[in-house]
Amino acid sequence: MSEEIAIAVEDVTKKFGELVILNHLNFKIPANKITTILGFSGAGKSTLMKHILGLLKPTHGKVSVFGKDLGTLDEMELREFRRNFGMLFQYAALFDSKTALENVAFPLREFTKLKDSEIREKCKDLLLSVNIQEESFNKLPSELSGGMRKRVGLARGLALSPKIMLYDEPTTGLDPITTKMVNDLIVDTQNKYAERGMTTIIISHDVRATLEISDFVAFLDRGTIVEYSTVEEFRLSKNPLVQEFINL
Amino acid sequence: MGQFFYQLVASLGAAVNANVQGLGRVCTFMLSFFYWVVRPPFRLKLFFEQMYSIGYQSLFIIALAGAFTGMVMAFQMYFGFQLISVDSLVGPVVTLSLAKELAPVLTGLIVAGKAGSSMAAQIGTMKVTEQVDALEVMGINSHQYLAVPRIVAGTLALPMLSAIFLVVGNYGSYFIGTRALMIDEAIYLSKLSEFMFIEDIAHGLIKAFVFGFVIALIGTYFGFQVSKGAEGVGRGTNQAVVWGMITVLMLDYILTSFLVRIL
Repeated sequence: MSEEIAIAVEDVTKKFGELVILNHLNFKIPANKITTILGFSGAGKSTLMKHILGLLKPTHGKVSVFGKDLGTLDEMELREFRRNFGMLFQYAALFDSKTALENVAFPLREFTKLKDSEIREKCKDLLLSVNIQEESFNKLPSELSGGMRKRVGLARGLALSPKIMLYDEPTTGLDPITTKMVNDLIVDTQNKYAERGMTTIIISHDVRATLEISDFVAFLDRGTIVEYSTVEEFRLSKNPLVQEFINL
Repeated sequence: MGQFFYQLVASLGAAVNANVQGLGRVCTFMLSFFYWVVRPPFRLKLFFEQMYSIGYQSLFIIALAGAFTGMVMAFQMYFGFQLISVDSLVGPVVTLSLAKELAPVLTGLIVAGKAGSSMAAQIGTMKVTEQVDALEVMGINSHQYLAVPRIVAGTLALPMLSAIFLVVGNYGSYFIGTRALMIDEAIYLSKLSEFMFIEDIAHGLIKAFVFGFVIALIGTYFGFQVSKGAEGVGRGTNQAVVWGMITVLMLDYILTSFLVRIL
């Protein structure tokens, strides 16, 4: 991997009391590619993601994003820095009192000085780009289907043109057709924003989707990376745990 | 026997430990409020939304409670005072009770039940559906965004609601006193101006101010403590109401013993 490095996780250990969640993790996520962090439930995927976002500090080791050691940033700098990230949550995490359009507008209203009309235009473009039609713009999240909510969540995540887009279990709880649609959307989004530079990180336990859409796979088990390779190498891995996971 | 006492002391110690830890968390939460309340951005829109929710949407129930409290108090005082022929003092006694005690305390209890529970439920639901995490990932401090406007609005809305309770309660008392109990209107009003002072109203408003702060603090605190889905939201809401009400009653005693000395 000679590519530019987006995220470097160096000897990261995280303990909650005596419980070791992450155990001396070492790996680098290349920029402008799709990397999936794969693993069973409770493997430490979400904890790792929180470290990447700077929401948790490692007990030992460091996490760097585009060369910046997150441990050296204070609270305000971290908040500022987090604007480099967009995130699609497992259940989209849309603000339930706001319409689809207002959800997408939210980060723009908070962090830009755009006029209201400009914000609305940008939100419409973003929503249309994720296949949300105009008649759904003013619907509340409770009036949208699971797939539509995910798409609105993706549009919200993309609103501030992030350098890194994180997806937390993007296909959990979706039917196969919607799963395919979300996977296609992830790839389309990566391709669309690749020119200006965007790195995609997916947290998942969906091995089939991972093998379809990822460039790199990190397999996490009980707080340790047991395999980190390209998708092709991952498929051919001799690690019995990986093979067991692939053949589940 | 020794084992029994050992277990008793151990469980007592664990309970004290848990409560002290809880108190520590509330204090940390309160310090976080004071840290963020003076830092930009100042989200006035959210503040006014909360003023509307806590204040305006509680107006009717507060006015209703105030009117009936004043009316009942007038009746109760009248029949007691009549026995010792001081029924002309019904007006000032009811007004003093309302101003210093009943208006702030009953308003506090009503708001703890209505707005405190609503704050805990709203924030708790946002917590379990990852909306709070979404704010944090966007670089927005969730305490500043969710707790600060609610606590500031609660602190300012409660004295206003308490004042409305007092005014409406007085009208209720005046109406029953002069129309149903036939106390002379002129005597009722003259006794009122003879015994009521601005300090009495200040006494109640100071209490309401503190109650408003504490109720909103507790409501938002329990909202942020929610975990484990819908059951957690229910538990958080319940705790917000119970602790909000208990704290109002305990603080009422502490504030009364302090305020009677300085006002």
